[in-house]
Amino acid sequence: MGSEAAVSGQPLPSTRPAGGANTAVTIQHLLVRYAKRGKMRFASQLDVARAFERGVRRAGLPIAYSSGFTPHPKISYAGGVPTGVASEAEYLSLTLTNRAEADAVRERLNAALPDGIDVIAVTEDSGGLPASRLTASQWQIALPGLPADDVVPVVDEFLALTEAPVERLTSKGLRRMDARAAVVSLEVCSPEGGTALSMVVRHTVPAVRPEDVLNALRNVSDVFPAAQPLMTRLAQGTLGDSGVVKP
Amino acid sequence: MRRHAPMLKASGRRQDRRLAGERVTRVAWSGDGRFAMVGTLERMPVESVFPQLEPLLPLVRKPVQYVGGEVNSTVKVWDETDVRWALLYPDAYEVGLPNQGIAILYEILNEQDGVLAERVYSVWPDLEQLMRERGVPQFTVDAHRPVSAFDVLGVSFSTELGYTNLLTTLDLAGIPLESKDRAITHPVVLAGGHAAFNPEPLADFLDAVVIGDGEEAVLAVTRLVREWKQAGCPGGRDGLLLSLAATGSVYVPRFYDVSYLPDGRIENIAPNRPGVPATVRKHTLLDLDSWPYPKAPVVPVADTVHERFSVEIFRGCTRGCRFCQAGMITRPVRERSITTVGNMVKSGLQNTGFSEVGLLSLSSADHSEINEIAIDLGDCYEGANVGLSLPSTRVDAFNVTLANELTRNGKRSGLTFAPEGGSERMRKVINKMVTEEDLIRTVTTAYSNGWRQVKLYFMCGLPTETDEDVLAIADLARKVIAAGRQASGRKDIRCTVSIGGFVPKPHTPFQWAGQCPSEVVDERLRKLGGALRADKQYGRAIGFRYHDGTPSLIEGLLSRGDRRVGAVIKSAWRNGARFDGWSEYFSFERWTVACQEALAPTPVDLAWYTTRERGYGEVLPWDHLDSGLDRDWLWEDWQSAVEPAGAGEVEDCRWSSCYECGVCPAMGTEIQTGPTGERLDGRRLLPVLAVTGGNDG
Repeated sequence: MGSEAAVSGQPLPSTRPAGGANTAVTIQHLLVRYAKRGKMRFASQLDVARAFERGVRRAGLPIAYSSGFTPHPKISYAGGVPTGVASEAEYLSLTLTNRAEADAVRERLNAALPDGIDVIAVTEDSGGLPASRLTASQWQIALPGLPADDVVPVVDEFLALTEAPVERLTSKGLRRMDARAAVVSLEVCSPEGGTALSMVVRHTVPAVRPEDVLNALRNVSDVFPAAQPLMTRLAQGTLGDSGVVKP
Repeated sequence: MRRHAPMLKASGRRQDRRLAGERVTRVAWSGDGRFAMVGTLERMPVESVFPQLEPLLPLVRKPVQYVGGEVNSTVKVWDETDVRWALLYPDAYEVGLPNQGIAILYEILNEQDGVLAERVYSVWPDLEQLMRERGVPQFTVDAHRPVSAFDVLGVSFSTELGYTNLLTTLDLAGIPLESKDRAITHPVVLAGGHAAFNPEPLADFLDAVVIGDGEEAVLAVTRLVREWKQAGCPGGRDGLLLSLAATGSVYVPRFYDVSYLPDGRIENIAPNRPGVPATVRKHTLLDLDSWPYPKAPVVPVADTVHERFSVEIFRGCTRGCRFCQAGMITRPVRERSITTVGNMVKSGLQNTGFSEVGLLSLSSADHSEINEIAIDLGDCYEGANVGLSLPSTRVDAFNVTLANELTRNGKRSGLTFAPEGGSERMRKVINKMVTEEDLIRTVTTAYSNGWRQVKLYFMCGLPTETDEDVLAIADLARKVIAAGRQASGRKDIRCTVSIGGFVPKPHTPFQWAGQCPSEVVDERLRKLGGALRADKQYGRAIGFRYHDGTPSLIEGLLSRGDRRVGAVIKSAWRNGARFDGWSEYFSFERWTVACQEALAPTPVDLAWYTTRERGYGEVLPWDHLDSGLDRDWLWEDWQSAVEPAGAGEVEDCRWSSCYECGVCPAMGTEIQTGPTGERLDGRRLLPVLAVTGGNDG
């Protein structure tokens, strides 16, 4: 059963010679890019955080803890996708008390996390995830069964709008936002499996989610099905000339 | 305490699979609001229903609870197994996932070659409604296979208030609610768990019941199911049930007839066919060290009620509290050794990544080497950010010492003690041998060791209880705060009084008692609340938590009910009863209406089942189910409890001599305790986690 999947307590390959690690605290920051795929897209951000806390322990990483009465592992999370939305570009930052090889950390974490919460890349980093590093996202909304020709005019009409007000019930009550203003680009594409919308959306407060853009499109036309389609964040970072640039 | 669910059984059928391909039972939604079976024989494998479920998930609360895929969950290839169990915990995922019984059986069964076990939890009403609208059948969370395709549906009952949820699961699965209507294609519905020690109210709905420990029982049932299938399902469904019943330790309700006296009492319960024993024995697992489960429990992604790795440090309790069903039905005491506990903690933390360990049992401070366990685990995990917790409600200073040891590096927030009865007289009646002096000394020790909050747990509605007994709780709480302020020198210490309604349970000395009417309980609690609030000096330092008494009355009906209560359950369920253990779903009115309707043809009613005291000669619905306790000993203990001159006390046979409750000779068992004299080697346990300097918070 779980024993095969369990990560053994063997020492992690270190970029520094072992010894003295327990006395001289070496701090290392790692930036982790991970995906939320398949069934695990139904995990909330809190669920994902819980999975990482346990995953880091199962993986035996030398994670740093906050001080105080109830120490917490030092993992900071960038804003996550809404529950039910998939992602190929979520980010978190780990603080370690001993240096570790980034690739080994990725492998260990993947062995320790549930399938679907998948670590894509681990890189050395200066630490912290300030909002200035993640200012826009690229999203895809799958619209299988909907001919691209039906969607293109709707997208054109939306892009021609000066304003596209939508409302969403948030934890702070009903919020009104302008879906058009946040959209940097929006186009219809045809990946395998049929029609899809691809868009780049600026991070705003309150956040304009892909679902909000879809609702704004629904205000333009009724070609879209009522059921929630599969939505995926493909990239996240800062806005460059050719789209979203990784942090 | 959530404990081990025994469960067993297997369903008839499927012998044809190897030759003709899978026999698939399709479920269709029919117009009258129920699922109907469309039995078909098709050449196709049992498929995941996830594609049908997936579109519903964005529409429901906390969808992650339905998706499975957790660390340590197991999915086996259907066609490589021949005995397939669906294990149902009839409550929400958040409650069911941490359940030790299901966790243990899931591992034991999946370790077997050719055996598959998947988990099932109750779906919340929002998803239930969508599943009915779209015709999605009840699924397992592991591979989302339809429950109707399994051989056995094992159900673990921790509380009687989960009974209606079984009916929801059966109905959504397309399994006929009543055993008599099931065909060879349906799973065998097999119950276990503490709340299955009197399964009579569920007799119509269950095919079989195992009482007692489940570890060996599920393997025995698996063997019988396999033999029966391999032999070509001789005798059909009844053939299998008969082979299970013949073991003497699986109860098949349908093989027993119950007759009633004109006044409504039971006249007789007897087997209705040859080969079925007159009484059914409970299972007792000996040598817990040989069964170190769970080893790698499923680690939830969703939020659950207990976020920890739990090790059961012993099973059973012999303190003899007369109200306590768990203590009576799990006898005798069987300890796990300190070495096994240490090894389980080590591998459990490694396999799960949990940061807290719970040392479970009915009275954990009573383990013969608990002090050594606490000290050694504390040493082993010093600086590793692992929390240790010990649910113990024992009222003595040693308990505080232990709690200090378990929290040596952390916060001392709250400690719980359970005097259970407010007055000394009351505590004697229930055989909870704690004096007021003990309690004050204990809480004084706690407050002076830095604990800021003490929670005191009591019951209301106990036999012979008066208003004065309940009001004595207020006096006690005041004395606790006064002593605490003096000991700690601070005014900000607190005490919370938490009250539960007493429900008489089968297989206890109080099984004959009349349950206290809910109005009386409510009135006493109202007076107690008034007394606490009126206290200017201490009132603000005392918290008061209680619930109204009506759910306890329904729990009482279901706990001591007989087969006639089955119609009540069905009626309440048809009128919407779901999740009865949750106050936001429980409706007392729905249950009283169901009692009036379903019991109308009988001479009995809700009060007859609950507030009525039973006599020695009355046949109790569970008299044919042998928990090992000597019926005469139980009766004498009951009489001793209510003796007007003062209740007699019973010592704990772990420390004093045997008082002949009957369990050991009847079951061929013995007390298994240490001390072993072994200690845990810190260096051996330490490498669980990479422990590094500078983080010893």
